[in-house]
Amino acid sequence: MKTFKEKSFQTITYTAALFTVACLLGIIFGLFREGLPIFKHVGLKEFLFTNNWYPTHAEPGFGALALIVGSLVVTLGSLIIAIPLGLGAAIFLSEMAGPRLREITKPVIELLAGIPSVVYGLFGMAFLAPLVREWFDLDTGLNVFTASLILGVMIVPVICSMGEDALSSVPKNLREASLALGATRAETIFKAVIPAAKNGLAGSVLMGFGRAIGETMVVLMVAGGAARIPSSIFDPVRPLTSTIAAEMGETVMGDLHYQSLFALAIILFLITFVSNLITESMLLKRGKK
Amino acid sequence: MVDIQLQSLDLNLWFGKNHVLHDVSLPVYKHQVTAMIGPSGCGKSTLLRCFNRMNDLIPGTRIEGRALLGDADIYAPKADVSKLRSRIGMVFQKPNPFPKSIFNNVAFGLQIQGGFSKAEISNRVEESLKAAWLWEEVKDRLSSSAMSLSGGQQQRLCIARALANRPDVLMLDEPTSALDPQSTAKIEELCLELKHNVTILIVTHNVAQAGRISDQTAFMYLGELLEFGPTERVFTVPADKRTEAYLTGVFG
Amino acid sequence: MALMLVLTALFLVLFLVRMFSQGAKVLSWDFLFTAPRDAMRAGGIYPALVGTFLLTALSMVVALPLGILTAIWLTNYGRPVWLVNILRVAINTLAGTPSIIFGLFGMAMFSNLLGFDISLLSGGLTLAILALPVIINNTEQAIRSVPEDFREASLALGATTRQTVSRVLLPTALPSILTGAIISIGRVAGETAPIMFTAATFYSRQLPKGLGDEVMALPYHIYALMTEGTHPTEQVPIAYGTSLVLLLLVISISAAAIWIRSSIRRKRQW
Repeated sequence: MKTFKEKSFQTITYTAALFTVACLLGIIFGLFREGLPIFKHVGLKEFLFTNNWYPTHAEPGFGALALIVGSLVVTLGSLIIAIPLGLGAAIFLSEMAGPRLREITKPVIELLAGIPSVVYGLFGMAFLAPLVREWFDLDTGLNVFTASLILGVMIVPVICSMGEDALSSVPKNLREASLALGATRAETIFKAVIPAAKNGLAGSVLMGFGRAIGETMVVLMVAGGAARIPSSIFDPVRPLTSTIAAEMGETVMGDLHYQSLFALAIILFLITFVSNLITESMLLKRGKK
Repeated sequence: MVDIQLQSLDLNLWFGKNHVLHDVSLPVYKHQVTAMIGPSGCGKSTLLRCFNRMNDLIPGTRIEGRALLGDADIYAPKADVSKLRSRIGMVFQKPNPFPKSIFNNVAFGLQIQGGFSKAEISNRVEESLKAAWLWEEVKDRLSSSAMSLSGGQQQRLCIARALANRPDVLMLDEPTSALDPQSTAKIEELCLELKHNVTILIVTHNVAQAGRISDQTAFMYLGELLEFGPTERVFTVPADKRTEAYLTGVFG
Repeated sequence: MALMLVLTALFLVLFLVRMFSQGAKVLSWDFLFTAPRDAMRAGGIYPALVGTFLLTALSMVVALPLGILTAIWLTNYGRPVWLVNILRVAINTLAGTPSIIFGLFGMAMFSNLLGFDISLLSGGLTLAILALPVIINNTEQAIRSVPEDFREASLALGATTRQTVSRVLLPTALPSILTGAIISIGRVAGETAPIMFTAATFYSRQLPKGLGDEVMALPYHIYALMTEGTHPTEQVPIAYGTSLVLLLLVISISAAAIWIRSSIRRKRQW
């Protein structure tokens, strides 16, 4: 009787583990099943590299270049903001701040990380965008610039907390050795500690990249809606995520448009998957997991 | 002829490729204290853990040879490991009471076996705490946390906890190395008292301790059982040169 | 360097001030507890509150047992090893997957394939998968931080793995597991993309009566007001108000988790 209870407990937990794997497989399977058929209609090269996104036209076009570029541009913009802010804050917290300040800031950063993206979107759309429009005398404040700003601030907590982790796991005696050799505090930080933490720091940036490129609500509400390759940072764009979100409602299950959106999802999934893999290996290299 | 309560017969153990125990044949006599001494890493604790199959938890272990509890083969393919472990009690080097009440710590073994009434459990808890010389100190606060006890008290609690199962053998793995001298003395006296009811197998780093409390002494070195016999004999006229060297403090 | 932190802090302050000031204008008892009126130009957000609550509850009912059991398997069984490796890849991948992809999958799998349509059920299941990796990782960490001593003592006393888990490991790890659950609740409550096509609707006449009904939800409400609303003058303030409610909800959930975690650390006796 006892063995029965033991075996069934083991089986139950084993099944749960299998189920979790099944979820991932299900997502991958589902994405590919619904999205791959589009490539019977349009070649992969055309899909990825032409700028011809007119899925609802009589003669529909499925060139997603503008969308991919849109994602990359906004993500890059957000990193331009988030890296200095995030890594800067991480360096400050890890190397310069006193323990009390650190104690207060860490929960605050965690709180920041928990703010729902739609709230950031609202802030961007209702407050920041009109401001941007006024300051720069534009037609619309919903563009790459505004989106990058909001997205950037959104990923600062990610970069900051992972970066701070990476820096504080550099052993103390490295700093001591550097100072003992006559280096100043600043030199120690920039020439000894940061290089030692470079894998973890790179990992944190990649993590931010993954978060930003996968973000939907902020770009949906703030980046504009034009599926065009931007020629300036004040142009509106439409990244992959917002395209999927915005157009999904208009499709009929199974039709070409529907398939094309799933194909976009496949691209998005692959980008974040690869980014995750690289982040994982960076963290492993660092020795700490 | 004294009964053998526990024994290993030509026992060999490998951790992966490491051959850690070599042909160890150790008898543990009923109602006696058997001490195992030897330098760090000689395999004393490993052998202990063979008896209650705690080594099973480490992946990559391999056993050859036999170990018997009474007549029962410890490593029989269908052996009930949980039952085995409740018949062989173990006390660890660092006291490890659960973060539960004193009562629930001692009652744990009974609770997992199931089938005991509240009264039976209560009685057994009292009996075990008395046997471990802890009852007087805690009888008024059985529901308070075990973590509030001192180191020495926690270790006696762990002894009580093991005794609650009414095991045939009580194994202690360097039970006093983390304790102060008074607590150590108390536990040594306790062992001398307990042996009348429970066979005791104790691993110790402290040669003097072995000399003080044990009836039989086993000396292990590099995974081999070099010498075994009545404590008095082993300490006064050791058969092996290495035993003598260890006892006189040349190494270890 | 300190400047960076200051800038971030400044933004945070600006953001919060704006949110609170705009949102507070609309907040009232009525706002929280009555339904929208007048084509979303007036009235309250009560149905959205209920919807968010139900979606979150359903997702937790599914994800918590599944996640905790998986973590137990990882920490106590973990054989065969190849399954452990695949599982880790699965968990990490799921953790890093964009939320819109969960939404798409939920739509294809639950709403369409399984025929649940746009419903509380579809949305709740989709959110459950989203929450799963967080719960697994957190529970695993919680169990691993129980000292090995306790597990050894338990097994040496004759307890089986199952008994060790249920009588020693889980009770000891429970506060940490709880913290993780609370954090996931906060995360799930604020998600929009997974529920856009699986559960949420801009307006529903009545509160959901069963798992098959559509629901309103706070985050979706904000989005819909801003993008589908036709009367911005009245609706933008409502969006701010809804935002404020959602923010307060998420912040208090986060704060609760942080507080529990630090009181665990203080009370810890080993």
